[in-house]
Amino acid sequence: MSVRLVGDEPGIIGVLDLQGGVHEHLEHLERLGLPYKRVKQASDFADLAGLIIPGGESTCLARLLTIFDLKDVILQHHSRGMKIWGTCAGAILLATEVTGEKPCLGLIDMEIERNGFGSQLDSFKSEAFIGAVSEEPVPLTFIRAPKILHAGEDVHVLLRMDDYIAAVENEHILVTVFHPELTGSLAFHRYFALKCGLNPAAEKSSAADSGWKNVSWMKLARIAS
Amino acid sequence: MDAKRYELNVQLAQMLKGGVIMDVTNVEQAKISEEAGAVAVMALERVPADIRKDGGVARMSDPAMIAAIKKAVSIPVMAKARIGHFVEAQILEALRIDYIDESEVLTPADEECHIDKTKFSIPFVCGARNLGEALRRIAEGAAMIRTKGEAGTGNVVEAVRHMRTMNREIRQVAQMPVEEVTGFAKTNGLPYELALKVKELGRLPVVNFAAGGIATPADAALMMQLGCDGVFVGSGIFKSADPARRARAIVKATAYFNDPQKVLEASMDLGEAMPGLEIGQIPPEQILAKRGW
Repeated sequence: MSVRLVGDEPGIIGVLDLQGGVHEHLEHLERLGLPYKRVKQASDFADLAGLIIPGGESTCLARLLTIFDLKDVILQHHSRGMKIWGTCAGAILLATEVTGEKPCLGLIDMEIERNGFGSQLDSFKSEAFIGAVSEEPVPLTFIRAPKILHAGEDVHVLLRMDDYIAAVENEHILVTVFHPELTGSLAFHRYFALKCGLNPAAEKSSAADSGWKNVSWMKLARIAS
Repeated sequence: MDAKRYELNVQLAQMLKGGVIMDVTNVEQAKISEEAGAVAVMALERVPADIRKDGGVARMSDPAMIAAIKKAVSIPVMAKARIGHFVEAQILEALRIDYIDESEVLTPADEECHIDKTKFSIPFVCGARNLGEALRRIAEGAAMIRTKGEAGTGNVVEAVRHMRTMNREIRQVAQMPVEEVTGFAKTNGLPYELALKVKELGRLPVVNFAAGGIATPADAALMMQLGCDGVFVGSGIFKSADPARRARAIVKATAYFNDPQKVLEASMDLGEAMPGLEIGQIPPEQILAKRGW
């Protein structure tokens, strides 16, 4: 397998397309005018500056990564400098420690607990001010979300809520237990693009894209042309 | 259900896209399904093939069994209530499972009314054979739709029929001038506002899974290529010779539905599939898809 370094080429952001909220992330990247693609084969990773592991079911994603040998591919590209952002299930896959289970990729030093809030009836929306990411409050959507119980010393906490941590990062990895792709906010996608060395088109000052609707992702999953 | 809660419920279904939801009747099967990569399990007392065989009235499962399954897995747990049986739905909501299937697989409790799903906080998925049926359920508050197919047959033909019918009607609505939508909505029983939404979106306004008769990895990939967002597998897994292996194979084929090489690999050496039923040989009064409207 050829592994290229990210040099002069700006690179692309890939969304892991195995299961879960793929369209929603693609739609946000499109809104920011960023080059993006779906990735599901080993060869798809070569030109990625960044990879988004979407929300979905982490046991399903972990199983598919293992049986199709994509785990090692992701680890190799991570070591050549590819940045990775995990949302919800993606966050679980990136943790070094998962309560009561074996970790999957183990790329960021933190302990995470699957399904930390309870059932779907405990899913909720909120908002928070996250200075590093946006000048405006960021809307937060938690769906059967995991909880980060503690983060390692070299891990920077971006958002702490009541008794848990909701967003962290290190040099190469960004983690959110909530779903920015399910809100009108582009702030986290912009933040991740900058982390990947890319130049998102939209203004930093506007955290929310007023043109966004909760059905906006559907233009990427139409039945009628 | 307020608008925010409904949005969260639709969004949970979005997170299940590209996945397989498996019918399970006990804790052991639930664990096998989770381990195989199911995105959710549907807890029920008997799989549809057995309900069909045993006859009699099929009701909501024992809540103690559902609670045990909920405790055993961390993926979402769904359970079925009878069509129109809003008290069974109240019980399932009180049990705090993740999704209720108002299902034709159980014996309907009401032949006139489906459940008013807007009265609940918990999300509902409902079966449909065509666009009108899907939109009527959404109007009643369903956050997710699945084709009915013909459950417990291991025969995918009805799931294909229902998905093709729905897609054909979506394309018709999307392409017709707006002044024709009123008449089409009247003839086909489509709630008008939702028909306009379908016209704008070019698809159902919520996630739509395929169900009813999916028994092989190829069946799952077929439904995905026909444009559904994910699949339910009922009797197909635990009525086959090697459930764990078949469950994994169907998960693989659903994720890589567009990749014949990977679907081929998934289809090898699975042992016997569940025995299939020819739809024409089922007495008309035993056709499940006709339940509900």
